[in-house]
Amino acid sequence: MARTGPKNSARRVLTWLGAIFVVLTAVLAGGVVTGNASWAPKLALDLEGGTQMILAPRVEGSSEINEEQLNQAVAIIRQRVDGSGVAEAEISTQSGRNVVVSLPGTPSKETRDLIQASADMNFRPVITYGDPAAVPVESRTPDDQLNKPTAEPANASDVNWITPEVQKEFEALDCVNPSTERRERSDPAKPLVTCEAATSTTPAIKYILGPVEVRGQDISDSTFSQVQGAQGSVTNSWGVNIVFNADATEKFKAVTERLNQYYVAAQAQGTDDPKSQFAIVLDDKVISAPRSLAVITDGRPQITGNFTQASAKALSDQLRYGALPISFEIQSQEQISATLGGDQLRLGLLAGMIGLFLVVVYSLFQYRALGLVTIASLVVAGVLTYLAIAILGWTENYRLSLAGVAGLIVAIGQTADSFIVYFERIRDELREGRGLVSAVENGWKRAKRTVLASKAVNLLAALVLYFVAVGNVRGFAFTLGLTALADLLVVFMFTHPMLQVLARTKFFGEGHRFSGLSPDRLGAIPLYRGAGRLRTPDEKPTPVRARNTGAVAEAERRMTIAERRLAEKGQLTGSSKATKEEK
Amino acid sequence: MTTSFATFGHELYTGKRSYNFVNSKKIWFIIAAVAVALSILIPVAKGGFNLGIEFRGGSEFTVSNVSTTDASLGEKAVHDVVPGAIPRVANVAGNTMRIQTDQLTDDETNRIKDALTSAYGVTENEVTSNFVGPTWGQDVTRQALIGLVVFVGLAAVLMALYFRTWKMSLSALVGMLVTMFTTAGVYALSDFEVTPSAIIGFLTVLSYSLYDTVVVFDKIRENTADISTSTRRTFGEEVNLAVNQTLVRSINTMMVAVLPVAAILFIGAGLLGAGTLRDLSLALFVGILIGTAATIFIAAPLYAWLRQGEPDLVKQAKKVSHRRAEATV
Repeated sequence: MARTGPKNSARRVLTWLGAIFVVLTAVLAGGVVTGNASWAPKLALDLEGGTQMILAPRVEGSSEINEEQLNQAVAIIRQRVDGSGVAEAEISTQSGRNVVVSLPGTPSKETRDLIQASADMNFRPVITYGDPAAVPVESRTPDDQLNKPTAEPANASDVNWITPEVQKEFEALDCVNPSTERRERSDPAKPLVTCEAATSTTPAIKYILGPVEVRGQDISDSTFSQVQGAQGSVTNSWGVNIVFNADATEKFKAVTERLNQYYVAAQAQGTDDPKSQFAIVLDDKVISAPRSLAVITDGRPQITGNFTQASAKALSDQLRYGALPISFEIQSQEQISATLGGDQLRLGLLAGMIGLFLVVVYSLFQYRALGLVTIASLVVAGVLTYLAIAILGWTENYRLSLAGVAGLIVAIGQTADSFIVYFERIRDELREGRGLVSAVENGWKRAKRTVLASKAVNLLAALVLYFVAVGNVRGFAFTLGLTALADLLVVFMFTHPMLQVLARTKFFGEGHRFSGLSPDRLGAIPLYRGAGRLRTPDEKPTPVRARNTGAVAEAERRMTIAERRLAEKGQLTGSSKATKEEK
Repeated sequence: MTTSFATFGHELYTGKRSYNFVNSKKIWFIIAAVAVALSILIPVAKGGFNLGIEFRGGSEFTVSNVSTTDASLGEKAVHDVVPGAIPRVANVAGNTMRIQTDQLTDDETNRIKDALTSAYGVTENEVTSNFVGPTWGQDVTRQALIGLVVFVGLAAVLMALYFRTWKMSLSALVGMLVTMFTTAGVYALSDFEVTPSAIIGFLTVLSYSLYDTVVVFDKIRENTADISTSTRRTFGEEVNLAVNQTLVRSINTMMVAVLPVAAILFIGAGLLGAGTLRDLSLALFVGILIGTAATIFIAAPLYAWLRQGEPDLVKQAKKVSHRRAEATV
């Protein structure tokens, strides 16, 4: 047979498909060699074991959270989690509203608290401080002797902020055994009575703080380092370096000018003035209250003191990541044991193998040798999907979840669907009396449209599911969409070209009884058989069974083009009864 | 069998063997209407669906590889930590126990985990806990509804663009809605647990239902392309022939779609108990069967019915019967 167009184009397409494989494999191999990728897909924690928390962010003052804030929330959590030393945490947004945190293993209470902690950080000047214990009720200042403001407060450090209510609250506050009760968030424009918790080296302290002067959001960066000595030498003490943004630089300069005056004045008398201190307040708790030793004009203060490397890092992290007023509420938390995860993966794969096996058996049963094309196509689609998932795992950190595995298994059937649509079309064409080569071309022309339209439906569903999915079922939509694309590629670039090639083989072309495309077995009587041999009149369709006789009349009305032609021919020779047709 | 199935396909193709889907539409429509009505009434009568923990909120523990499946051990473990709790302990599969309680605090969760670990003699690695906050269910429900509305809307647009005739689009959508309601009805009737996984499976079913309809309608469109000049069959007969001609394909695609799903379902349910796999596959299993039937029995006959009153087709039908009368004389 001469080299015809379809066969040549089939070869070309198959070569392209081969090229795609080579490129994808090379990309992944390159990734593996450079050490970042892995041949095996990455697994989500429901297969690997671990904890998944879904958190809803809450922003102070507004009930709705915008995308930027959500991204900031993710950044905050990510840095907090990374900062806490938990390796391989996954933090992502979901549906534009929630934050999903996935951690390997079981997180400690500290890690959970850290993740959930709201980040309301402010800087307030200290007005006064005192003993951490609550003043015994009997020795509290009588109502008539309580401090009365003499004037409107002139600045945030003014003692006129101490109203009778503030003083009473201060006296009653117990910082030795602080209450764990969650309080309403403080008003930034009002003074605050609060504690600094005790650490291993310092006792707890009770403060009255002035209104907020600089907000935590104004910190653009925070680092920690060893403090440089006078000659630029590195000392053994640690310090925390803050960088304020331009706006806060001005405010901070004004604040330090004021506080530094108190410091200098007190130093001259050899004493200490609480008002020289500037408290860093996180969640209305003082985390540190350094004194202002100098006027900071460049917005880059350094906090020094009794820091160890660890405590300097901790404060620096708190400053950097605690600078957004977003808090989180745990919506759902799932902690999956590694045992269960492993079981689920094993059984998921087992289910997949069984599903694949059943489809293979069914295709071979229904389509004989053609079923082998289905299987080969499924294998090609499978390898493509596998490569895609492994590459996505490397580049996008995509992780295969149990739902994703389910999507892959379900996709076996959906992929085989499009082959069935195609094969049935070819069979239809054969029934019309065409030879296999033209049946493949004609069948493809018609099936192509159907396959495209139906895959569009699948893709649409996958997209919608992906964008609205909640919980951990998103992986299902993802693999469903991915396999729909792989399926399209395979149908166009493998299944159809393969059939174009196979149609020219002796086995399929002559309609071997196991080819699945045997006209005899399909019950079709072709008009011609390859070599121009015409159907002889005695090759009548098989007699109709008795219980079907009722349909004969209708059947005759519903003859195919081939049969009609035959019938017309028979009418001419007078050997067969035919239905007249006007058209 | 293969031979007879292929021959069966041929007989369906030529019309020698034919099932009258279109003409018996009244029966199918009545059945569908009753099924849909029941699907709406049953959940109402039963007071809603059997919602999973994701919708109700609460805490859930799964203990794998237990040596004994005695439920009282789990109940006791929970009672020891939270005396007033009403735990629901069930042996969900093989040697896996599931314990559900009301919402617990962190501390209680950890203590119950420990208690369960020792009660069932397993290691800490074999206890899984799941906590769902009270507002999570609303989120899940809302997302599911958004998904449903968006999908049906987009599907309608896609159908309209592809078929270019609103009657076809409408029929396809009605078929899909029948699938949707009856699948939900089966869920309500059988008390299957409705979880986010089940809802995802449910939405996937809608896509399968449409997919199936697209394939069949494509054939209908092809068969009826030159209906106005043909006097061989009436429009309804052409539609019926198309359904018959694609019947083998419908059965085959349904089979290959349902086989892997069945594999997940039986592996998932038999060996793992409730969970993502089972919930997803259960919805798919029920929905694929209903979806295939809805295309054949509802969508196609509905399309024929919607169009049979069109003046052109009425005229054409008259010509057909006229020719037939002539031919029999």
